[in-house]
Amino acid sequence: MKLLSKTVTTFSLVFLISLTAFAKGDPDAKKDGHSDPVNTPEEIEEYIVHHTKDSHDFHLFTHYPDGEESHVGFPLPVILWGENGLTAFMSSAFHHDDAGKEIVEKGGSRFVKIHGKIYELNAGASTVEFDDAHHPTNATAPFDLSITKSVLGILLIGLLMLFLFGRLAKQYKTQKIPTGFARVLEPLVIYVRDEIAKPNIGAKYRKFTGYLLTVFFFVWILNLLGLAPFGFNVTGQLAVTAALAIFTLVIYLASSNKHFWSHQLWMPGVPYLLRPLLAVIELAGTLIIKPFSLMVRLFANITAGHIVVMSLIAIGINMQNDMTAVGSTTLSLVLSMFITLIEVLVAFLQAYIFTMLSALFIGMAVEEHDHH
Amino acid sequence: MEQLLENFSLDLFVKQTILFLLLIFLMVKFAWKPILNALNEREDNIQGALDAAEKAKMEMENLQADNKKLLNEARAERDAMLKEARDMKAKMIADAKDEAKVAADQMIAQAQAAIESEKKAAVADLKNQVASLSVDIAEKVVRAELADAGKQQKLVEDLLGDAKLN
Repeated sequence: MKLLSKTVTTFSLVFLISLTAFAKGDPDAKKDGHSDPVNTPEEIEEYIVHHTKDSHDFHLFTHYPDGEESHVGFPLPVILWGENGLTAFMSSAFHHDDAGKEIVEKGGSRFVKIHGKIYELNAGASTVEFDDAHHPTNATAPFDLSITKSVLGILLIGLLMLFLFGRLAKQYKTQKIPTGFARVLEPLVIYVRDEIAKPNIGAKYRKFTGYLLTVFFFVWILNLLGLAPFGFNVTGQLAVTAALAIFTLVIYLASSNKHFWSHQLWMPGVPYLLRPLLAVIELAGTLIIKPFSLMVRLFANITAGHIVVMSLIAIGINMQNDMTAVGSTTLSLVLSMFITLIEVLVAFLQAYIFTMLSALFIGMAVEEHDHH
Repeated sequence: MEQLLENFSLDLFVKQTILFLLLIFLMVKFAWKPILNALNEREDNIQGALDAAEKAKMEMENLQADNKKLLNEARAERDAMLKEARDMKAKMIADAKDEAKVAADQMIAQAQAAIESEKKAAVADLKNQVASLSVDIAEKVVRAELADAGKQQKLVEDLLGDAKLN
């Protein structure tokens, strides 16, 4: 019975829906150490932080039949470019080890996985040595081309978008008004074009609408996927939002006109002494602050959303001693339901804001002189 | 900040950049371009149809106004024609009446003249007949009267007596 309740508790964490109506807190959990489910506040925190990160395998949940740790999920391909060229194997080769203990030998190189990152041991080394900050000292990081969970999410959503919108595009060849699910997509496309691209960019909107539509649907669908019970957290990866922000930066720098740069570097209508100072501020804004704010806003909102939802689910475990199992579960269920609903709104809102600001920055760069 | 940098994975950044670039190109080529073109074309069509409908409505209104004008003109013309016909009828009747009156007067005058002349002739004839009859009678009476001397005497005396009285 105790075992069952623990399994169910872990389930609830992974599926973001608390099913722990009769789960019991276990004060002795720590004693058994590693083979126990996530139960103490420290373990929960670690679990949450782990979830928000990218990973090399697709992990659905862990359960503990007969006290043994058992992971349910599937491995993903690991592709590495290291000292000895290209190497590929399945992530199951690491056997869920994340501390550098399991060594995979492939193509003359030895690989270990430490905190979600794969290292290649230096020639001759057979075990990993760590420095004080727990960084490996005798291993280097190869270039990692693996299909990680985030990459899988990106690929899946890319294919889904191509399929859905490709079908919508195909429908226009035979009929004026789309039917079926494509009819739902059409107003969304029109919304992005008419409410985001046109008002912010102006007459030249057509050239940039393709990028804006791609960003909007990519971010929105991935945000929603992050809320679905598979634990994708793609738009909560700093690398992903950084790449998106840099796309916007490159696009508005590449399309900026003379008028834009004259205002950046030598602002008309201000005293001459202030102009160099303003130029520095404007340049910092254009080159650093704008893309940085785009990157951090999306990353922070999505990550914070995930952490809040999981923390509220964790109430079901953390507060059991104070307010009984039923009370804490009810509280966590109600709060996490509420926050999840808000997160659905945030998923759309962040996609909208990212696209809107991208359009605004592009609009500033291509603005014509006669607007003043 | 350090935590942020630790979260940043250059590998994932490179993979995302390449995949997203690919996605943009594929989406623009296979989805956004045909979709936006179709939408624009459809919106142009709708605008065109609306404009055409507006134009047709205006034309219809013009046509209706023309029709009304024509109808009014026709009605006025009809009224004028009716009035003219009525006038003509009245005039014809009046003329006919006058003519008839003149003819009747003439005929009456002729008839009267004829009656007058007939009457005169009849009177003249009667006078002649009476005269001749009177002469005959007088002759016969005188013959009868003057058959004896007494009577003759007496007549002369009467005649003389009358003459005295005259």
